[in-house]
Amino acid sequence: MTIEQWLEDGKSDAYRRKMPELADLLEGLARATAALRAADWNDDAGSAESTGETDAN
Amino acid sequence: MPTDTIASLAPQVASGAIRSERLTEDALSVITRLQPSLNAFITVTADEALALAREADRDIAAGRYRGPLHGIPLSLKDLIDIAGVTTTAASKLREGCVALHDAPVVRHLRDAGAVFVGKTNLHEFAFGTTNEDSAWGPARHPDDPTRSPGGSSGGSAIAVRTGMSIASVGTDTGGSIRIPAAACGIVGLKPGWGEVSAAGVVPLSRQLDHVGPLARSVHDAELLYNVLRGAGANSGDEDDVETLFGLKLAALDGYFAERLSDEVDAGISAALALLRQQGAKISTASIFHAQDIAPIYLHLVLADAAAYHAAALQRRPHAYTDNVRIRLEMGRHVLAEDYVRATRGRQVITHEVEQALAGVDALVLPALAIEAPPIGAATVPVMGGQESVRNVMLRCTQPFNLSGHPAISLPCGSSKAGLPIGLQLVGHAGRTPELLRVARAVERVLNSRG
Repeated sequence: MTIEQWLEDGKSDAYRRKMPELADLLEGLARATAALRAADWNDDAGSAESTGETDAN
Repeated sequence: MPTDTIASLAPQVASGAIRSERLTEDALSVITRLQPSLNAFITVTADEALALAREADRDIAAGRYRGPLHGIPLSLKDLIDIAGVTTTAASKLREGCVALHDAPVVRHLRDAGAVFVGKTNLHEFAFGTTNEDSAWGPARHPDDPTRSPGGSSGGSAIAVRTGMSIASVGTDTGGSIRIPAAACGIVGLKPGWGEVSAAGVVPLSRQLDHVGPLARSVHDAELLYNVLRGAGANSGDEDDVETLFGLKLAALDGYFAERLSDEVDAGISAALALLRQQGAKISTASIFHAQDIAPIYLHLVLADAAAYHAAALQRRPHAYTDNVRIRLEMGRHVLAEDYVRATRGRQVITHEVEQALAGVDALVLPALAIEAPPIGAATVPVMGGQESVRNVMLRCTQPFNLSGHPAISLPCGSSKAGLPIGLQLVGHAGRTPELLRVARAVERVLNSRG
């Protein structure tokens, strides 16, 4: 799920449950999630470096 | 601050020169005097404390002295179970939750003869750094009641600082021992992860929670640490302190020096200069992925807390304070894939802390990037900008909850306004006693400034 879609769903849920403060907090969590996903140590199944430990043999 | 320490009082208690009953009455008297203004306690167990103190006095007189904690008045953060006493976690949700058993740490303290004067105030469910969101109202800083004492173990720090108890036991999930210790000018030790049992303690995040002491000296913290982990109360003599000559420290740079208040920056710089002058070799080190620490921590702690609270949030949402309830609700939105990413990131940070420690005795950095913030402030001015109070307070402490390394905050002077500043030392995994020896040497030099 993209962060944009996740945030839209979360904010809709917050407003439906009459928790506008939660919608504001989710904006901050979305920024943190974007930073987490952008970290260069994340696995990427499409990368040659994501198959685990290198075996020189 | 009262200057009596466990180490200074214990020989007098052992000899009968000071009675535990008198120490306990003194502590209870300070509680009576200061509780209305500082709100440090949720439950005061005066009758039980006096009974324990008299029992200690009888045992000591009969030759059954149990060690340095015998007869010493202590307080406990009110998320640690004492049999027969309500464990509120500062939440109305837990009213009537009377503990059936002592937590293992309480059992160890009881075996060592400690006297429990009461349960201290905290940020509700330990889910905050300021101690503002408590169903029993905010705890207040002993130097300036318009400010936060730090949190979440804020009541414990106030108690130790003011003489409501000689020392205290708190918990630290992102800095909740070291932050209030720094804000209130006392010592706070987060032992290595898993060294001290967290059973019988209301969790915030079981993988990040640490139980540890708040005290008036490193030696007192060591005495408590040894008892809390079930190793008995013995420790080195107070004068058995390492010299700074040959001591190798690494000051963390970059991220850890980027968002400090001017006063904290100046205080830490002056302390490092003094340590160098006294013979310590101080290099610099970096945590390469330090910018990722806050997002990693946030995803772990939010989801862990949300899982623990999910049923109660459904059942009684309005039993929580508003701010804590909303933050717990936020945790229910963390996706599994992001939790897994955060778990992977935690391994990366742990490895980088290990690398930073290679070849040195300890890392050194501020414990708290700002002075105690005003109660109610959402942001504070830092280096020309505005920073979130919560984020900036956690900045220097949360990496070592992720990595599990032992870390200690020591008093390191004060701001022009008289608000304390804390210096943090981080030791090697599994080597907390070595960190404590380093901390005692550093403490001696810092205290020598007067």
